[in-house]
Amino acid sequence: MIHFVLLVSRQGKVRLTKWYSPYTQKERSKVIRELSGVILNRGPKLCNFVEWRGYKVVYKRYASLYFCMCIDQEDNELEVLEIIHHYVEILDRYFGSVCELDLIFHFHKAYYILDELLIAGELQESSKKTIARIVSAHDQVVEAAKEEAGSISNIIAQATK
Amino acid sequence: MEQLKTIGRELAMGSQGGFGQSKEFLDLVKSIGEARSKAEEDRIVLSEIDILKRRLLEPDVPKRKMKEYIIRLVYIEMLGHDASFGYIHAVKMTHDDNLLLKRTGYLAVTLFLNEDHDLIILIVNTIQKDLRSDNYLVVCAALNAICRLINEETIPAVLPQVVDLLNHQKEAVRKKAIMALHRFHRKSPSSVSHLISNFRKRLCDNDPGVMGATLCPLFDLISEDVTSYKDLVSSFVSILKQVTERRLPKSYDYHQMPAPFIQIKLLKIMALLGSGDKSASEIMYMVLGDLFRKCDSSTNIGNAILYECIRCISCIIPNPKLLEAAADAISKFLKSDSHNLKYMGIDGLGRLIKISPDIAEQHQLAVIDCLEDPDDTLKRKTFELLYKMTKSSNVEVIVDRMIDYMISINDNHYKTEIASRCVELAEQFAPSNQWFIQIMNKVFEHAGDLVNIKVAHNLMRLIAEGFGEDDDDADSKLRLSAVESYLQIISEPKLPSLFLQVISWVLGEYGTADGKYSASYISGKLCDVADAYSSDETVKGYAVSALMKIYAFEIASGRKVDVLPECQSLIEELLASHSTDLQQRAYELQALLALDARAVESIIPLDASCEDIEVDKDLSFLNGYIQQAIESGAQPYISERERSGMFETTDYHSQDHHEVPSHALRFEAYELPKPSGPPQASTELVPVPEPSYYSEPHQPVSTSLVSERESTEIKLRLDGVKQKWGRPSYQSTTSASSTPQQAANGTTTHSDGGGGGAGSSSSKPRSSYESKKPEIDPEKQRLAASLFGGSSSSRTDRKSSSGGHKPGKGTASKPATIPKENPIPVQPPPDLLDFGEPTATTVTSTDPFKELEGLLDSSSQDGGSTDVMGLYSDAAPVTTSTSVDSLLSELSDSSKGNARTYQSQASKGPNSKEALEKDALVRQMGVNPTSQNPTLFKDLLG
Repeated sequence: MIHFVLLVSRQGKVRLTKWYSPYTQKERSKVIRELSGVILNRGPKLCNFVEWRGYKVVYKRYASLYFCMCIDQEDNELEVLEIIHHYVEILDRYFGSVCELDLIFHFHKAYYILDELLIAGELQESSKKTIARIVSAHDQVVEAAKEEAGSISNIIAQATK
Repeated sequence: MEQLKTIGRELAMGSQGGFGQSKEFLDLVKSIGEARSKAEEDRIVLSEIDILKRRLLEPDVPKRKMKEYIIRLVYIEMLGHDASFGYIHAVKMTHDDNLLLKRTGYLAVTLFLNEDHDLIILIVNTIQKDLRSDNYLVVCAALNAICRLINEETIPAVLPQVVDLLNHQKEAVRKKAIMALHRFHRKSPSSVSHLISNFRKRLCDNDPGVMGATLCPLFDLISEDVTSYKDLVSSFVSILKQVTERRLPKSYDYHQMPAPFIQIKLLKIMALLGSGDKSASEIMYMVLGDLFRKCDSSTNIGNAILYECIRCISCIIPNPKLLEAAADAISKFLKSDSHNLKYMGIDGLGRLIKISPDIAEQHQLAVIDCLEDPDDTLKRKTFELLYKMTKSSNVEVIVDRMIDYMISINDNHYKTEIASRCVELAEQFAPSNQWFIQIMNKVFEHAGDLVNIKVAHNLMRLIAEGFGEDDDDADSKLRLSAVESYLQIISEPKLPSLFLQVISWVLGEYGTADGKYSASYISGKLCDVADAYSSDETVKGYAVSALMKIYAFEIASGRKVDVLPECQSLIEELLASHSTDLQQRAYELQALLALDARAVESIIPLDASCEDIEVDKDLSFLNGYIQQAIESGAQPYISERERSGMFETTDYHSQDHHEVPSHALRFEAYELPKPSGPPQASTELVPVPEPSYYSEPHQPVSTSLVSERESTEIKLRLDGVKQKWGRPSYQSTTSASSTPQQAANGTTTHSDGGGGGAGSSSSKPRSSYESKKPEIDPEKQRLAASLFGGSSSSRTDRKSSSGGHKPGKGTASKPATIPKENPIPVQPPPDLLDFGEPTATTVTSTDPFKELEGLLDSSSQDGGSTDVMGLYSDAAPVTTSTSVDSLLSELSDSSKGNARTYQSQASKGPNSKEALEKDALVRQMGVNPTSQNPTLFKDLLG
């Protein structure tokens, strides 16, 4: 089972946290501090796994962002590594070549997508298409609100050209 | 101008996500991004908290605004600050009718609240309502929240509805309902125990996503109770077979592998079902063999599956062919340049080694490379492997290595683990007791406070009992060496408390036993300990008791005792100690010093820690005294049972029998004491605590000397059940010492260096290893020899062949990680292929899914489907024509949703100009893109 998902930037800034096991706010900060200390300082050629307090943390770096997932001793690390990659691919497809900025300003979107991928610490869906479908179904609901903002942005985009 | 552009971009981004965020929020994110230090960030967040607190209190906050505030709260909390002041607003937002707001509310509460939070009770009602909603998106949002928020007490409130949703027409809902039930099962297995048939049913769901999700709860259920799921073995195997044959829709492919995540889950389940079950294992052999052949070891996901296969094979009843395939896969892993794969290889090796112990030999050099790798993760995994393959022949090398590593790390969690492993190995395989004590000393010295206290008691027992045979000479040598080593260590600063306890105890018992050290020398050392660790009462207690023993032995042997001045002052200090325990020990010591030799000898006999103290529970030695008292008119003793039955307790009875206070409260009134018997006799009857030590064991305030001794006695008796390091290890020394001549040769030529693996390994390989690092190869081989030493005859040639492996390693192994994956071709017609496929696959007479159907009660009988893949098409599974229909529906279904995303991708994704803009913006925001490549993720995703 995945106990939590963490997105941390290279500078140690938190971009996304999702906790599937109960942690208090204090523990959370401690976990983040401890892990980002360990992971950010690891060299590039080392394993993507860290043993930590009897758990294993699988991480992968994409550009300046580290995606980390904490799993049980008995889980398959390579699989989790691919779950991370799977998530990134979905984000990429959704945002269109995703970058850290997308996640900074649309972290709630990243949470929604994560909710379609993982639930209660387990992989619930492994098909990118299915996830894309349900996320876009949600987005259709907000179409109306979007149009309004879209028109303003178009005006500004025109003006700045 | 520049700024305007930024705003334009931000707004565009806002619109793309569908959320027009206010300038205020964007500024906040921006300023956080620009913050140079944590302190600055904290300052910004704190002022933001102030703002939000004020805003949330304003009357009539518009809903759109409120939604943004909630997202800002999420942001604050994500940065590690407390946003609890706004939780209630998030809860309120879940009540909203607007899906957009509701979803934001649910997202926020799932992020804010743990399942035991008080506010959850306010959400349960909303969840119940939402589960009934017609809009499946609302239902999905509620199910997401359920998985995070519902706890044991609230499960019954939503359970029936969730079960109903298992038959919902939307697969997304069914899937989430399954996951919710899985969660319930984890929280409280009893709550869903009657629903297990539902999981079985969902295994045959039309939608592969639902089927895949069902494997999660099934895995848990099966790991709890394997036997009741044996009937599913062939179903799982046939599902796996079909998955590997690419019978699932293409959309489940991942990096050209068909549904790898489902494959892995299935393999995990099969490992459970096949373990110890021959017939089940035999069904699996075929498909496992296929997997080994089919798996593409050039991709990470392919290796993930291979690894899972290895695990599965190591769990089920072994099959020689498969073992060979697994060993091949492992050697590929180990030879890879990727640390990840090496790690998996070591792990796999650790699993297979239980089945075929000689598999490790061909990889010895790879293992040693991993052991010496700078990567801690890899190193630890290798230690785990070594731990698994420890034998009495290589225990010394392995434990030495472990201890060296243990000393070098500060991670307490791992230190504890590796320390306990060292102790366990030392107990199991110790070649000699001397060695055992040395190892224990090292473990205590460097990880003392992390070691289980039982380990300390074991060590004391070993020293006290010696070899357990009647070889007094060897015993006393052992003790002497222990005493000597402790006297050396004792003056080192900052020893762990537990270690000091052991030291004090041993010095007390055996410090003067040999006559080598004088009593005043030992007692001086003990006083130093008590002084140096004056805040540690346990250590002080041990030290004082040790002092008492030393003086007692002196007195008993008729020598004159002169108490050192520092001892005297220690005793005086402790006489006034706040700790009653220390005080008592000090008083006892003082009293003992005043007694004569005979009395002292009977109180503390020499070297009697192993003697059983016979506790006279009946206090028979008091019989005469009692007789006398009764004769002079005292009332006879009434046993406790009679008293509580008859309830005649008088005050003094309850006083003098100390077990009475332990009774539970009585609610009836006490009877008046009956004036029975002459009062003066009754006072006589009270057994006053006498100075006699023999009555002690029954007194609540027994003098601690005896109580300590008694307590060690009790512990010893408890531990005595398994005597791990006793006889068997002794035998192993004899077997090891039979090859000393070979051992002498061992260091000169490494070809037969392994011959002495058992005997010589104790010191030579390690010390020489430390002295000269450059010439690694022979050293490594020697180490390998001492690690993998077994039957020396066959090993030499094998070793040379594996030595030949090593240089070839770099060239032979191809880079196993392929960093770039070709972009998965986005073809419009994959669906067509998908649905065309089922018609092409002719159904054989042994339809695997039929077996599944047999498990079904009713649900998928609908079409009476003969077509296997019909199960996975959206519409009724009959013929090509219908599958075209379903394709159309599929397309129209997805076109609504996907078209836009694709469009945006087409306009945005490959557009490098836009990507450049993005990058520029990132720079501006202080987010620092580190790669030269402006498209950031693009390079990684190919």
